[in-house]
This record gives sequence, structure tokens and C-alpha cells, in this order.
Amino acid sequence: MIPPARHASDNLSRAVGMAVPTVSQLRVHPPVDSLQAGSYALSDSVFSASPTRSPSSRIGIDGEFSEDSANWIKRDNSGRLTAAVPTGVPDLTQSIEASNNENNGEVVGGPPQKNSKLLKAKTTKAERRALQEAQRAAKASAKAPEQTSKPEKQANQKKYVSQLASSSVVHEKKGGDKPLEKDRKKDMPPPRMQFDNKSWVEKAKKRSVVKQTEARNRVEIFRHLPQYERGNQLSDLGSSFFQMGDMHPAVYKVGLQFLAGDIMWSNTRCISMLQAFQKVIEDYSTPPERTTLARDLTAKINASVSFLNECRPLSISMGNAIRFLKARITKLTLAQTESEAKTSLCSDIDNYIQAKIVLADKQIVIHAVTKICDGDVILTYGSSSLIEMIILRAHELRRQFRVVIVDSRPNLEGQQLLRKLVEKGLSCTYTHINAVSYVMHEATKIFLGAASVLSNGTVYSTVGTACIAMVAHAYHVPVLVCCESYKFHERVQLDSICSNELGDPDVIAKVPGRTNNCLDDWASKENLQLLNLAYDVTPADYVSTIVTEYGMIPPTSVPVIVREFGREHVLI
Amino acid sequence: MWWRSASFILDRNDNLLQDDSVPKPESRLLSPPASYMAETVHNPNPINKISAYYQTRAAHHGVVTSDWLAQAQAAVGRDQPSDSDTSLKSSASVKPFSVIEEFNNWRKQPDLAEAVAAVRALASVIRSSEANTIAELQSELKAASDSLKSWDTTSISLTAGCDLFMRYITRTSAFEYEDFNSAKSRFLERAEKFGEISYKARKIIAMLGQDFIFNGCTILVHGFSRVVLEILKTAAESRKVFRVLCTEGRPDRTGLRFANELAKLDVPVKLLIDSAVAYSMDEVDMVFVGADGVVESGGIINMMGTYQIALVAKTMDKPVYVAAESYKFARLYPLDQKDMVPAVRPIDFGVPIPSKVEVETSARDYTPPQYLTLLFTDLGVLTPSVVSDELIQLYL
Repeated sequence: MIPPARHASDNLSRAVGMAVPTVSQLRVHPPVDSLQAGSYALSDSVFSASPTRSPSSRIGIDGEFSEDSANWIKRDNSGRLTAAVPTGVPDLTQSIEASNNENNGEVVGGPPQKNSKLLKAKTTKAERRALQEAQRAAKASAKAPEQTSKPEKQANQKKYVSQLASSSVVHEKKGGDKPLEKDRKKDMPPPRMQFDNKSWVEKAKKRSVVKQTEARNRVEIFRHLPQYERGNQLSDLGSSFFQMGDMHPAVYKVGLQFLAGDIMWSNTRCISMLQAFQKVIEDYSTPPERTTLARDLTAKINASVSFLNECRPLSISMGNAIRFLKARITKLTLAQTESEAKTSLCSDIDNYIQAKIVLADKQIVIHAVTKICDGDVILTYGSSSLIEMIILRAHELRRQFRVVIVDSRPNLEGQQLLRKLVEKGLSCTYTHINAVSYVMHEATKIFLGAASVLSNGTVYSTVGTACIAMVAHAYHVPVLVCCESYKFHERVQLDSICSNELGDPDVIAKVPGRTNNCLDDWASKENLQLLNLAYDVTPADYVSTIVTEYGMIPPTSVPVIVREFGREHVLI
Repeated sequence: MWWRSASFILDRNDNLLQDDSVPKPESRLLSPPASYMAETVHNPNPINKISAYYQTRAAHHGVVTSDWLAQAQAAVGRDQPSDSDTSLKSSASVKPFSVIEEFNNWRKQPDLAEAVAAVRALASVIRSSEANTIAELQSELKAASDSLKSWDTTSISLTAGCDLFMRYITRTSAFEYEDFNSAKSRFLERAEKFGEISYKARKIIAMLGQDFIFNGCTILVHGFSRVVLEILKTAAESRKVFRVLCTEGRPDRTGLRFANELAKLDVPVKLLIDSAVAYSMDEVDMVFVGADGVVESGGIINMMGTYQIALVAKTMDKPVYVAAESYKFARLYPLDQKDMVPAVRPIDFGVPIPSKVEVETSARDYTPPQYLTLLFTDLGVLTPSVVSDELIQLYL
């Protein structure tokens, strides 16, 4: 019943860094044992109602509680001690969710009940104990006069919640970290912010540079993603240029370009962002106070990144590039002078762009062109610079083939590709995505671009790609996805909802060439919500092969590439 | 092309209207597309149509028809004069030695794997080389390897064996502390070891594979794979009671030879014609096949008919086990059946066929990874997705 030491030190040292003697201190406590006995029943009570309705066996223990949050840490740590496998306690976390989160307490109450019933059979004593500690903590915090600590705890919970790509309530519990984390991380923007948490959104607003007003009719299922009014941001941002302060004008310029939609493709965005950072580094000088170049520069980069994120959410390729840059910065030694460090960083960025993007593209073209034969009918979707290069190269090599370009509203990107191909003399067919099952029987191969490929082989790409891949699979047409390896990511995503980007809904309402659009006043209709998604997710089963600069690999081998050629081996 | 687009008639008309430099659709259909090869390599093999690899396999099986033999004789007769053209270009003097001849000599031995024969041929190149520096030797070897590969483009294990050996050479030739002669001897040693490894590989695979054979099981076998034979031998020697169904394996009649071998082991064997596979599939417990090559997707390239059997087995939920040595892993990625270098074999129907009738003469097909259950290799028992992992580690 008393937890074995290895879990204790493991959890403690990881979570809070507190001394191990705390454990022994707790073990002496008499009520510990009685908690065990009652714990199973307690898990029922959590899900049914608010935590205040606790069985009588707990009241005595609560009396011992001080409202001191420090004690709460200890309590919660003891809860963590018994959580032998912290990851395996989804119902526990749901309980915290349910008890603490005033916003969607009711919404959460539903599914966790079902889950709890399924999982109850599997919870060990340790997990139940942890559950119970959390409830007690929740109750204590609910009763605590310091209401201000709660939103912070919520925020920190949410921060950890958000680190997993999931908008559902299942997440890892790291309860003991919350109060300390709150102090450290209060000022940092959460990496994957969930926009359905009001307090977080307010905090983010205070920090933000770009003034965004939230959109009117927000789609419920996408509440966790940012949806903002378009139209005013650009002029606002433009006028507040001189109040920018620390922001480097190059970053500002790039941010404006993102916001305006001038730079759209993930490669271009990544390159322009890296070049802006190069300018930041060149113009940078370490301030005379105690900070080192590495730390200060990292802070500057972080600020720029959060600004760019507000202008337009970062793509995965940009995230990887930023991680590379930060890793390089941390590797700078104190022995280098400032100018040496700056030149080495700038040349590193140049090398990265050259090796990972420009040369990788050339290599991918070489590999992919071997798959285009005479008599082929190549189908492609939207406009990808890489696919364009491949097709033009195959045409240069005098292969006889024709191209079918499938396009979709509202961006109609395929028209650019069509124009470029027709100029070079290729025979092309152009159609919209609603006709894809009609033309699919003609196609011999599908070439698609990607914004990223995730660890389970899932392809994260422009919305509509999944549809094309699915129809191709049904017609047994091979699908080749061409993607540079720097866009690979270790994360796994199962659907298109938990992480995506929402575009401007007005663009959907207006059909070009029509004078009277019936959706002109869609905002006034309460029951109507318009959804403009930017990305979608194609499962690995629909993809035949992924063409990278390392050759053609099956979708199951993406984690191998990430492992072998990951961030550590970044330099060429 | 014929079936893909309703507009193929229009395409054809358009093409007819174009100038003569554009190949006509009819001719496009009949001649194998040259664009499959990434670079246009001069193919010194005078008989483009017949795959030397499959010829050799048939020779090993010992079941040949008379007119096929005549063709083979003609082939051998024509080979020799052209060999001198393909001799190594590294030194000014015309060498009497030819790597291809060497390779053919090795290959004639029935128990030797193709890749081993290739490596032994390359070893003999090293032995007879007059180079003085490692770089020179490397370039000689590269030329030899290229000529071997181009001589028979259809053999995957040949290509894979050459690539593996070349990879070893390039990876380890950068040792500065080593002088030339010791490097040379190291390469030769490695080539010898390769032969041993290959022989041992079969033993390892046999040991791993025979674990999957339980008493009273029925095994379906297709094609004549020495590795699969080794597995069955080992199982029989460990006193397991099982029976084997062999497909006939037209046109090579591999099934007959295999049944012969199994009869010698006192294993109950039943011969099926190729069309009877689905009929007998419900009494089968597992399917064993070998592989000519294992490709990057995890699929296999094997004798014609393997894909069919794998499809039937998958539908009826029977496991398909592939026995292949690790040197057969190749960096190919076929997207469909026609995406490989075509390997054709003449088929003898026993009666004359009118010339207007086309015959599908391809000797092999590609089985995608979703129809395979497990691969038995000398690296262990692997799932198809691990093949790419191994290849990446090996080649990148």
C-alpha cells in the first residue's frame, strides 16, 4: 500500500525537484491508509457531481488540510507517488478537468463517466489513490480564498494538456507540477494553445501584438482553434509599426506578408522566416547586462516567433526550423566572440536552407522523375512547387505524359500550376474536386505535395488531399507524396480536427463572378456557421510511397528517417 | 494505356498526325519502355528479350524443353564474342579477363546464390587488377559492377549483391592508416566471407522458419526456392509431421523439381496445377515462398504466380511467409506490376501459336506488402515494414 521508493523519487525529482524526505514525512501520516480504503468509492463521486459532495470518510482528512498551496503540493505529490504509471490515468485527469474547469464542466462530465466505467476495472490502487488526492486538492482549492491561484493552476494544467495534440479531455496528468510551473511559465505563450479556455485566451490577448477580434459565428467543434475576424488586422498592424519597440523590422515585414497572404506556401514561408531571423541575428548585439548571447538571442527569437504565430499560425516546417535554430544557438560556446557567433549562426541558417530545402528538392525531383513513364496520366491536386518541378523535369526528359490538375475553392491554387504547365507545352486537364471520382479512372499515378508527414505515416496537407487519396485508393491508383525530410514530425495525429488552421469564412461565402451571393449576410444568421479549413489529414493506408531526398520510403518508415536523420544530425 | 482513358482513340489520332519522331502508340505498347532505366546503359546482352536470370534458374532446375535448350545454346554461342567488348576499360591494354565470363562461371554452379556469384566475380576483378591505389581499384570495381548490372538488368539479387559489395568498399576505403595491399586483401577476405555468410544465412533462416511449422500442418509452396527447401528439410529432420502442396509452376515446372526433392525427404507431397490453388486453399495452413528480391516497400518480387497465391491466401486468412536472405533487399519501389524492369521468358505451350496472338511472357510479379505476413531473413523474423528500416540503415 505504501508506494515503493522508486516511483517516489522518480516522480518527485522529475516533477518538482523536491527532496525525497518529503516522502517519508508523508508516509508517517496516519490518514494515508484510510484513504486507500475509501478511494474506490471516491472515484464514483467525482464524475457524478462537483467535488464538494465527498463521502464522510474524507472530511476528517480535509480538516487537516491547510489552505496553504505548499501543503497542497505535498499532498498532490503523495498522490503522484502512488501513480505508478502517470500516463495511464486518464480518468484522474478528467476528474481534475471536471472539478476545476468551470467553463465546460458539464460538457466534460459526460464522456469521462463512460470512460471511467470502462477504465475502472483497470485502475490500480496507486491510481485510485492519485485520483483521490487530486479530488482532495480540487476541493481544497475550491474552498481556498485565493481564487487567483485557480486560474493559474488551470492555465498550467491546460498548458500541459495542450502539449498533446488533442482537444478531447484525455491527457497526461502532471498535477504536482502545476504551482511551480505557473511561476516559470506564466510569461511564455503556451506552445499549443487551446482557444476554448477563456482565461488563456484573455492572457494571450494581453501578450499579443496583433489585435485580433474573435470571429462571430464560431464553429463549435473547432473552438479550440483560433478564429479571428479578418480585414482589420492588416491596417491595425501597419499603423502600429512605430510602436513595435523590440520587434525587428524584417520580422515585422514578414509577419505582415503572412497576414496579408502574400507568402503562402510552407517552403516559402519557412525560407522567408529564416531569412528574417538572419537579419535579426546580424543586427543583434548583446546587451551589456549579465545575460549571455545565447539566452538573450533565444528570448528575442521567441518574441519574434510569437509575433509571427499571431499573424498566421506556424506551419510544422517552420516549427522544425525554429527548433533547429534554437538548438544551434544553445550550442554556441562562450569562447566564441559575438561576431564569430553571429556569422556562424547566419551561415548555419544558410546551410540549412540550402541542404534541407533547395538541394533536397533537387534530389526529390531526381527520384520522383524515375516513376513517370511514357503514357502516364499524372493527377495532381492544388499547386505545389515541388510537384511543378517534378513535372517540368519529366517534360524536359521528353517523357510523353499528360497531367490532370484537380482544384478546389476557395483558393483555386491549381490555376497557377495550370498556367505554368500550359506555357511549357504540356497537355493538361483541369477540373474541380467534385469531379475527382469521374476523372480518377483515367489517372495512372497521383502526385501530391504535403505540409508535413507525421510519425505514423499520416500526411498533413492542404484540405482536399485526403479526398483525392481516398478516391485514388478506391480505384487502385498509386499515390506518391513528395515531401522534404525537414517537414517530418514525431507527433501523431488521428484526425483533422484536433490540430488545424481556420481560414477566413467570408471567402467561402463569396463566389467570384456572381453578383448576388445568397450568403452575403451569413453572419446575421445564428444557425449558420461557415468553416474554412486549411489542412487535412490523410491516413497512411492511402499513401503508396513518400518520396524524400533519401529516396522512396514506405509511410511506415517515417519515424526511421526522423530517428536516423533527426535534429541532432542536422548538419550536413 | 489502352484501358485508362476513353480518349485514347483521340490520343492515337493526335499522335498519327504528329511527325514521325514521335513513336506510334502501337509500337509503344509492344516495345518495353526504355524510360524505366534511370540512365540509358548500353546493354551488352545481345538477347534483350530473354532474362538471363530466369534462364539460369531454369537450368538449375534441370527441367528444360528442347527448343528452349536450343535458344539457350544460341545465346551462349553469341555471348562470347560480345564479352570482349564489355571488358574493363580501366587500363589501356585489352584484358583477356572479363568479369561477365567470370560471373557466368560462378553462376553455373547450382547451389550458389546469384549475389554470391556476383561478389566472387568482383573479387576476381580485385585479384587480377593492376591498380596501385585504392581510388583506381574502386573505379575499376565500379565499372565492373556496372557492366555486370547492365548485363542482366532483371536480376535483383545480382544488383543487390554488387551494391552491397561496392558499399562495403566505399565505406571502408577511407582508412588512412592502411596501405594498398592490406586493403586489397581485406576486400578479398570480405568477398570470401560474403559467400560464407550467404551459406550460413540459409541455415539461420531454416532454423527460424521451421519453428513456424507445427505437427500436422499443410504447407503450400510456390516456386523453387533453395531457402524454402532448406526450411522444410530442417523441419523434416526435426521429426515434424507435415505435408506439402506444390504448385506446378509453369512454365518452369518448378513444382515438379520441388516435389522430387521433397519425396527424397519422405515428406508427403501433392502436386497442384496453378489454377487449383484457390480450390485447395482451405486445407492449407500456411504458404511458404522464396523471393528473388525484397523491395523497399516490404513487398517481394518472385516467380509469376506468387501475387495470385498471396491474394487468395489473404482472402482466406492464411499466413504467407517469405524466406529471403538479407542481401536480397533492394532499393526498388515498384508501384504496380508493370513498374519493374520487364523480365521475359519464352513459354512453350506445346503447340504452335499463331503469330497474331500475343503471349504474356513476364517471368515475375510483385506482391505488395499488405499480403505478406512475415519475412524470414538472416536478420531475424521481420514484418514487411522493417525492410525499409534495414535498407535505410544499410544504404544511408
